[in-house]
Amino acid sequence: MKLVIINYGAGNIKSIQFAFNRLGYEAILSNDPEEIKAADKVIFPGVGEASSAMKMLKESGLDTLIPTLKQPVLGICLGMQLMCLHTEEGDTEGLGIFQTKVKRFSNDVKVPQMGWNIIKELKSDLFKGIKENEYMYLVHSYYAEHCNETIAATDYEINYASALQHNNFYGTQFHPEKSGNEGAKILRNFINMKPLALS
Amino acid sequence: MLTKRIIPCLDIKNGRTVKGVNFVDLRDAGDPVELAKQYADQGADELVFLDITATLEARATTLEMVLHVAEQVNIPFTVGGGISSVEHVDALLKNGADKVSVNSSAVKRPELVNELADKFGSQCVVVAIDAKKIDNDWFVHLAGGTIPTDIKLFEWAKEVEKRGAGEILFTSMNHDGTKNGFANEALAKLSDILNIPIIASGGAGNVQHFVDTFKEGKSDAALAASVFHFGEIPIPELKKELKKQDIVVRL
Repeated sequence: MKLVIINYGAGNIKSIQFAFNRLGYEAILSNDPEEIKAADKVIFPGVGEASSAMKMLKESGLDTLIPTLKQPVLGICLGMQLMCLHTEEGDTEGLGIFQTKVKRFSNDVKVPQMGWNIIKELKSDLFKGIKENEYMYLVHSYYAEHCNETIAATDYEINYASALQHNNFYGTQFHPEKSGNEGAKILRNFINMKPLALS
Repeated sequence: MLTKRIIPCLDIKNGRTVKGVNFVDLRDAGDPVELAKQYADQGADELVFLDITATLEARATTLEMVLHVAEQVNIPFTVGGGISSVEHVDALLKNGADKVSVNSSAVKRPELVNELADKFGSQCVVVAIDAKKIDNDWFVHLAGGTIPTDIKLFEWAKEVEKRGAGEILFTSMNHDGTKNGFANEALAKLSDILNIPIIASGGAGNVQHFVDTFKEGKSDAALAASVFHFGEIPIPELKKELKKQDIVVRL
């Protein structure tokens, strides 16, 4: 099993690598398109601010590569947001994998949302063994609006999509790598996902 | 609903936990990794490591410790103590810390908060503020509360929010160590005037103090050290009681 974590900038991606290590899998960090293409599973982490993250993806050509991947891809936090059509953060065009837009929470609530909140209306094998209303750890100022690809919902000011799936592409707004033993189950489920059937 | 967070704080010296820790089933009470795992299993929502040595040699030891904690602990953690540069923060985050907290260094050079927020995002920048109420005003203190300044708490909190802090960790020196409860009036005011999460620190002595800081103090999270380390308040029982009193917690 070859796991690749896309490494396109600064920040804490060690946590994701360690989370897979704890499950017994090695995950390598890479921004090399060939290495990413050859991976069995790809993790697309969230790093910093949307427009500068998108710029870094473009510089390495990863913006065109990621949407063509056939193996299971998991976007986490900003990674998931960048897989959407557009985000208000820095007025940034996304990769357009998920047919939804990313908006900012209003100032009626504290921003960022920081801490543990419930995920519900779970709809994917990604959540096999996870009970409705399980707590996950989230840190974010922007949220994805619901769409047909919503596979989990969370309430904070409004009800929004806390996870998305389109074919072999998965995205979680929460951090499974920081969400205790239940989060680890989600990563294990992801490892068990099959690639998109090649016709 | 977003839950209220319970955060044990561990003091670290030369990569080891200090202050007596009284967990009966720990093989090595000085091992931060083992303690952190224990707290994660008990249901702590986050952890804070405060490096109280912060000499140059200790910095490497702390980085090593951060790496080991990140390897083995599956809940978020913050590292603070003696952090004053972008490079230092970069190293801590690369070793797996989720957030860093800055205190005196931000008072001495407030631009540090902007620099950290711009480079790493507000979500990983906690500004810790130690303050003391003198007559009717709260004044910021530096270097673990030993050096008074004429900076006022609420003005400083506003300023760091504007500069990009993602969270405030407020310790009341009037309450710290007293076990008489948190500084709820000041905490509630911070919550009212700011739009970022507030962590209450200083004064935890019993379960009701946590209830009060979440209700009256409007705190988003509560941090404590000795009541957890000495097993005076076991986290599972604390959370059960909070839930009984209608406070949303992760159980």
